[in-house]
Amino acid sequence: MYAQMIKTASNGIKPREEMSEEERAFQDKIDNDIKIEPRDWMPEDYRRTLIRQIGQHAHSEVVGQLPEGNWITRAPTLERKAILLAKVQDEAGHGLYLYSAAETLGVSRDELIELLHEGKMKYSSIFNYPTLNWADIGAVGWLVDGAAIVNQVALQRTSYGPYSRAMIRICKEESFHARQGYDAIRAMAFGTPEQKRQAQDALNRLWFPALMMFGPSDAESTHSEQSMAWKIKVKSNDELRQQFVDQTIPQIEYLKLDLPDPNIKWNEERGHYDFSEPDWPEFFNVIKGNGPCNVDRMKDRVAAWDDGEWVRDGLLAHARKKAARKVAAE
Amino acid sequence: MKNEWPLWEIFIRGQHGLSHRHVGSLHAPDAEMAVKNARDVYTRRNEGVSIWVVEAKHIAASAPSEKGPLFEPSESKIYRHPTFYDIPDEVGHM
Ligand SMILES: [Fe+2]
Ligand SMILES: [Fe+2]
Repeated sequence: MYAQMIKTASNGIKPREEMSEEERAFQDKIDNDIKIEPRDWMPEDYRRTLIRQIGQHAHSEVVGQLPEGNWITRAPTLERKAILLAKVQDEAGHGLYLYSAAETLGVSRDELIELLHEGKMKYSSIFNYPTLNWADIGAVGWLVDGAAIVNQVALQRTSYGPYSRAMIRICKEESFHARQGYDAIRAMAFGTPEQKRQAQDALNRLWFPALMMFGPSDAESTHSEQSMAWKIKVKSNDELRQQFVDQTIPQIEYLKLDLPDPNIKWNEERGHYDFSEPDWPEFFNVIKGNGPCNVDRMKDRVAAWDDGEWVRDGLLAHARKKAARKVAAE
Repeated sequence: MKNEWPLWEIFIRGQHGLSHRHVGSLHAPDAEMAVKNARDVYTRRNEGVSIWVVEAKHIAASAPSEKGPLFEPSESKIYRHPTFYDIPDEVGHM
C-alpha cells in the first residue's frame, strides 16, 4: 500500500510466556482496542516498525504529488485545474499529518526526509509510474486514491493513537480525491471515441500497478504476523486487494470500459471477483529502483529540498533574530 | 546548529462556538508563520473561525504512569452524575 513490505523490527511473535510484564500489559491493551499513545511504554520493535511504516506512508503522500502535479498546468479546464490543485494540496497535508504522527515516536521530520533522500526509506511503488496524459490523472484519482482509501479506512483502527487519528483525518479528505478522479475519467469514457480510447488505455496501464499497492500476498510475508498482532496492520494485503477489486469492477462496468484483465470473473462460490495477480517480478524491480520514474521522482524531491534550503534557513534566522530582539527589549 | 523549524501544536475553534480543539501539529519558524500554515493545512474546508498555536515544547502534560492516581478516584463517585438520582415521575422533567 502506501506502506508496502514494511519489515517488522522483530523475528516472529513472542509467545506470551516469554513476554515481560510490561510487554504483556502492552499486548493486553492492544487486544482490548485501547490505543497506544506517544508517552506510553511500548516495545522498541513496535516503535521502530511504526516509524518505518508511517514514514513510508508520509513519503508516499509527498512523492505522490509529483505525477499529478505534472498535469496541473495542462488541465483541460479552469475548474479541473482548481480541483487538481486542491487535491494535490491535500496530499501535502496528508504528508504533514503523517510526519507529525511519526515525530511523536522520537524521530524528526527532517531525519525522515534525509533517510528518503539517501535511499534508506521508500515510498509506494505506484508513484514510479508515469502520468502520460489527462486520462491518467482521472485514473490516478479513481484507482490509486481508491486503493489508498481501502487501506486507510482499515488503518483508522490501528493501535497507535496518532497514526489512527491521522488516518481518520485523511479518510475524510480522500473520498473527494477518488470522486474527482472518477468524474474526470467518466467525462472521457463518455466523450469522443479518442477520449474513450485514452480512458481505456489509462485503465489498462494503471490497473495492475494499483493492485500492487497492497503489496505481495501475505503468504510470502514473514513480517505481517507481528504487525497484525500489534494492530499496526489491520487487514491482510490479499483481503484489502480483494476488497478493492470487488468495489472497482462495477465502477468499470458503469463506464462501459473493457475490463483490464481477461480473468476477472464473478465467483459465485466465493462471493468475490476472481482476477489475475499482478506481475510480482515487475513490482520487486520497481521497488529496487528500476521503475519507469524512480530516478526522476527522487531527483525532483531532492531538488525541491535543496532549492528550498535558503528559504527555510532564512525564515528561521529571521525568527531567531526577532526573538532575540524581543528578549533584549524586555 | 540544526536548522529544523520548531514544532507547533494547533488548536482550532469551529463554527459553532465550542472551545478551541487540538487538531494536529506542524513545523514553522515562528508563531506568525505557524498561524499561516495552520490556516492552510487545517482550515481548508471551513473547519474553523479561530486558530491558536503553541510551540510544542511549552506544553506540559500528565504522565501516563499517573493515570491511575489522577483519574481513577472519579470512577467511584457516581453521585456526581444526574442519573444517580431518581426523580418521581409526578415531578416531571428536571
Ligand atoms: Fe493522501
Ligand atoms: Fe488522496
